[in-house]
Amino acid sequence: MYMSEVFIVAENIVSPLGITAAENFAQLKKAVSGIQLHTSESLSSEPVHAALFSDAQKFPVKENKSTKYTKFEQLLIASVEDALSKAHVDVKNKKTLLIVSSTKGNISLVETAETVNDELKKRIAIHTSAQLVADYFQFTSKPVVISHACVSGLAAIITAMRLMQSGQYDTAVVVGADIITKFILSGFQSFQAVSAEPCKPFDADRNGITLGEGAATVILSVNRPTNGVVIKVCSGATSNDANHISGPSRSGEELYQAINTAMKQAGVKPADIDFISAHGTATIYNDEMEAKAINLAGMQDIPVNSLKGYYGHTLGAAGLIETVAAVYSLKENIVLPTIGFKKTGTSKPLNVSNKLQEKKLSTCLKTASGFGGCNAAIVLKKEN
Amino acid sequence: MTEQIKYITATCRICNGAVYKNEELLFENKEGSAPEFLLALYKHISMDYPKFYKMDNLAKLGLLGAEIVLKDDFKKERYKPEDVAVVLANSNASLDADTNYWDSVKNIPSPALFVYTLPNIVVGEICIRNGFKGENIFFIQDRFDASFINFYVNDLFDSHNIKACVCGWVEMTGEEYKAVLYLVEKPTGDEVLFSVDNINNIYELTNG
Repeated sequence: MYMSEVFIVAENIVSPLGITAAENFAQLKKAVSGIQLHTSESLSSEPVHAALFSDAQKFPVKENKSTKYTKFEQLLIASVEDALSKAHVDVKNKKTLLIVSSTKGNISLVETAETVNDELKKRIAIHTSAQLVADYFQFTSKPVVISHACVSGLAAIITAMRLMQSGQYDTAVVVGADIITKFILSGFQSFQAVSAEPCKPFDADRNGITLGEGAATVILSVNRPTNGVVIKVCSGATSNDANHISGPSRSGEELYQAINTAMKQAGVKPADIDFISAHGTATIYNDEMEAKAINLAGMQDIPVNSLKGYYGHTLGAAGLIETVAAVYSLKENIVLPTIGFKKTGTSKPLNVSNKLQEKKLSTCLKTASGFGGCNAAIVLKKEN
Repeated sequence: MTEQIKYITATCRICNGAVYKNEELLFENKEGSAPEFLLALYKHISMDYPKFYKMDNLAKLGLLGAEIVLKDDFKKERYKPEDVAVVLANSNASLDADTNYWDSVKNIPSPALFVYTLPNIVVGEICIRNGFKGENIFFIQDRFDASFINFYVNDLFDSHNIKACVCGWVEMTGEEYKAVLYLVEKPTGDEVLFSVDNINNIYELTNG
């Protein structure tokens, strides 16, 4: 059976660094980080570094008489709206799909709730938010929602690709977002997983994550773009460590399994990969596991970066934000540096990108891993 | 891609104090709270897995459902770890764990509760217990969507080298719970075709 090819035809990032993908990438090239020290007690009893929207930040969303959109939904809408403005998408077509990725969605409603009744349950549910976004833009097909910890964004792209390759859909608008509230921050703090300083991915002195909020969208199409640089999503795979729910694999074999599967399916070899956009959360164990997986794949000499030093860990948005940045990297032939990285700090060597490199790029491997032992990998390719 | 025929080789339904394995009543306990029911079921199937006690109710429900659906019908030696996928869905994600964790934040935030505030943790628990390392994903749906699960799992077999899959619905909010799990495999013997109708027919039995 013929499998459709899947192309990325439009992108957006809404983050503290900007509200379009182009604005964001311009900031990334200048090594601007969205991470700041926050002292709001409503967020955390002690000062904490995070990449957050300012309270004054407004998202351009048309009001709806019957529904007050939550900040999470406003972010999704703002991101999708900008991406849709950059592509010709027939949202009303039954073969156009909306996929929403988030780890915690409207979790702030749990924080303010007095009791959890059926009405609140429905309002909190991510499928409710997804339907609100679908209705806002008048999508007619039923949205798909993925909540798979920190691989959600990549899992959403992989799912979209599979639904399109099978011929069920021609176009997919894939959006992810997460908001940082006290619920999420206190949880990572209780794990002693939050770094006192802005996070330092892959560095010898790394000591945990920095959280961030944001949204990102990619629009996928089975129709090859007729102008401009063409970016293709070649393949994707997921795997599970089957080891521990909150600690990554000790060997990295399972992330390697996802990488290997994705690369085989894309028909690419390690030598074909020009750079790796890693997960790089800056916890001791995650970065160590990734280094082992990349070594198992024989890709330790390939430039690798983590963007957590720019955006913090944006959870369900991370895979999408980093995929959009990878698309821009491929288009502009730029490998971004890893803010926060100074000195090799993994037991297996990596070629961590620590300065902006301009070189001809055509193929990128993007990975992610998360709680629940999940891993995901996709391969992106530029076609001139 | 080659389309293959897959079969539902085992099922498990847990709802309203009753547990069915392959449509036969395995256990019934209509009294007591949801946590008491889950503990009674754990003991009834003679499971010896101390990690069970640390889990939240969603993970316990999914783990027990998987244990029951796999018991006797799943021949682990036929598969490599990466051959087996887990594909689950529900409507309320980890809301039960979310409210429990948020209650703890008022005193001391509990990392043991926080880790369960992700719906895919139940997938991870099933993978850890059974050594499954293949494709895994958690979908949030307003209601059970048999066609979607049918598509997704078929595609895993046809295009992504998966040879067995535990899939279905696992929902837990307060005292309400429902798990309907399917073991899907290629032909082995006494099979029920993995079709949308058969998926729905088994699911609908929980509404009876």
